[in-house]
Amino acid sequence: MNINPRAIQKSVEVLSNKKVGSYHHMVFSVGEMALHAKPGNFVAIAVGGESSAMVLRRAFAIYRASDRGNFGGTIELVVAAHGSGSRWLSERAIHDRVDMVGPLGTSFGIPTEPVSALLVGGGYGSAPLFGLAEVLKQRGCRVDIVLGASNANKIYAPLEGKRSVNTMTLTTEDGGAGVKGRVTDVLPQLIEKHKTEIIYSCGPMAMLEAVDEIAQRSQVIHQCAVEESMACGIGVCMTCVIPLKDEAGSIRMQRSCIEGPVVDGSKVIWGSNRKIPPGTWGSSS
Amino acid sequence: MSEFKAFDFRTKFGSRYFPSPIFTASGCAGSGKELAQFFDLDELGAVVTKSIAVKPRSGRATPRMAETPSGMLNSIGLQGPGIDQFLANDIPWLQSKGARVIVSISGETVEEYATLARKLRGINALFGIEVNISCPNVENRGLVFACDPIASRAVIEAVRRNIGGDYPIIAKLSPDVTDIVSIAKEVVSAGADGLALINTILGMVIDIDAVRPKLAGITGGLSGPAIRPVAVRAIFQVHAALPNVPILGMGGVATGRDALEMIFAGASGISIGTATFGNPTAAIKVKEELLGLLQSKGFNSLQEAIGIAHG
Repeated sequence: MNINPRAIQKSVEVLSNKKVGSYHHMVFSVGEMALHAKPGNFVAIAVGGESSAMVLRRAFAIYRASDRGNFGGTIELVVAAHGSGSRWLSERAIHDRVDMVGPLGTSFGIPTEPVSALLVGGGYGSAPLFGLAEVLKQRGCRVDIVLGASNANKIYAPLEGKRSVNTMTLTTEDGGAGVKGRVTDVLPQLIEKHKTEIIYSCGPMAMLEAVDEIAQRSQVIHQCAVEESMACGIGVCMTCVIPLKDEAGSIRMQRSCIEGPVVDGSKVIWGSNRKIPPGTWGSSS
Repeated sequence: MSEFKAFDFRTKFGSRYFPSPIFTASGCAGSGKELAQFFDLDELGAVVTKSIAVKPRSGRATPRMAETPSGMLNSIGLQGPGIDQFLANDIPWLQSKGARVIVSISGETVEEYATLARKLRGINALFGIEVNISCPNVENRGLVFACDPIASRAVIEAVRRNIGGDYPIIAKLSPDVTDIVSIAKEVVSAGADGLALINTILGMVIDIDAVRPKLAGITGGLSGPAIRPVAVRAIFQVHAALPNVPILGMGGVATGRDALEMIFAGASGISIGTATFGNPTAAIKVKEELLGLLQSKGFNSLQEAIGIAHG
């Protein structure tokens, strides 16, 4: 079987682009690309136009996908204009077209039984969690969500998102909204209170690592969407690798665009930036 | 309609013909399985595989990549499964898809290149071997074979002795040398049938916030349109000196116009690398644009266009 078995490449139209807090909420008319998109999947977008000096695609987690409605299939993204590529995208107007490849990567695993799920998002990392919450709700799960950022403006928590969760907890490092502190400060008590059976997380790697430590200590399953810079998004460039333990326990450098972005937190060798963990398959150490 | 003549798009390396001159570039097409979702691999002249080593390699630590103006730096470090798993998994799949395969090989010693060549004997889908003697991302950077004519000769001779049959040998050279023509002459006299020009150029980016090199590997190979003029220069110089040796040109080709520039400079084939990262169907786009350009300029075959910028 091919890798990227559901992905297509398509010139897609911008249907809407609205500023929400520090972010841009963008809707694209994508036709059949929406059909197979699952929570956790991402799309890769060419940026800068025809004569662009930016040669690499930008990856964006899918906020929501819908295969029906007035515009046919749509994919929604939450774009943080951090660099020149995401800024270019955030400046696209309605009816502009962009070249999109998707859906890509792994998706969040959905439990077959109704379980108690806790969703943890950092900054715009909350984006894929709302679509996930809807799916979990449809399966009869209890869904609690905790969203954190440095300040209130950087928390992405749309009104409609609140409808698909039982409780929403906010944390800000400056105390401007919700609990002053980090998501990990409130996690242990939320796990205990809601009898959490599975944690889903998305956000910066340092946050995922801290969440994983709590999840392992509490013996709760943890699925996280990892973040490593990508050049292609389709598995050919080998730049977005992270060390993951395979079934047999052997550590391999795996592509976060193919074997991820959603991975089992307990399989990740955390803190491996700028080093290859000892014993990694094919390493000299 | 009798005036219509089919355009002859074929190209040739050593004894092998390829139906189109557009190939992938080593290390830029994964195992082939990643791109097969977007187009049929037999639409390519050939799939050039990632450079394969004797043993599995984890590659380098991350960050492995930095985008630069019209280009990128990479320091992957030849991550791969090693030749045995590659032969067991990747080759049969490529063969089943009807892909013409050029296997790129990379060794740390002359003996390793000999071992790799021996293991490739008798593969049906094998249309050639790219001998990568110029990867800038190996531990012993000071010992890149392609910087030394004697070492380059030893590697090519060892591959020639061990491969058997008439598989074309294409030596991949580094532009990071004072005189690329002298290296080219040395590998051709040692038995190379063709030359792949150019590998990436060694470069570096410093993260001004973290105040340290951006890449974990410190330096990386620069690729993309930023290096295309360097590639065109290298192809032009080598073709002038060795007009009968086919050149597989590469370095920042993203359009048919870019490919035609290299063909006029003397390339017989073109590899698409970094452009695939920005666009999975880049190779097919380049192929179609190149064909259209050659026809609109009145050529009847690819061969007529090779090297004509030399006058």
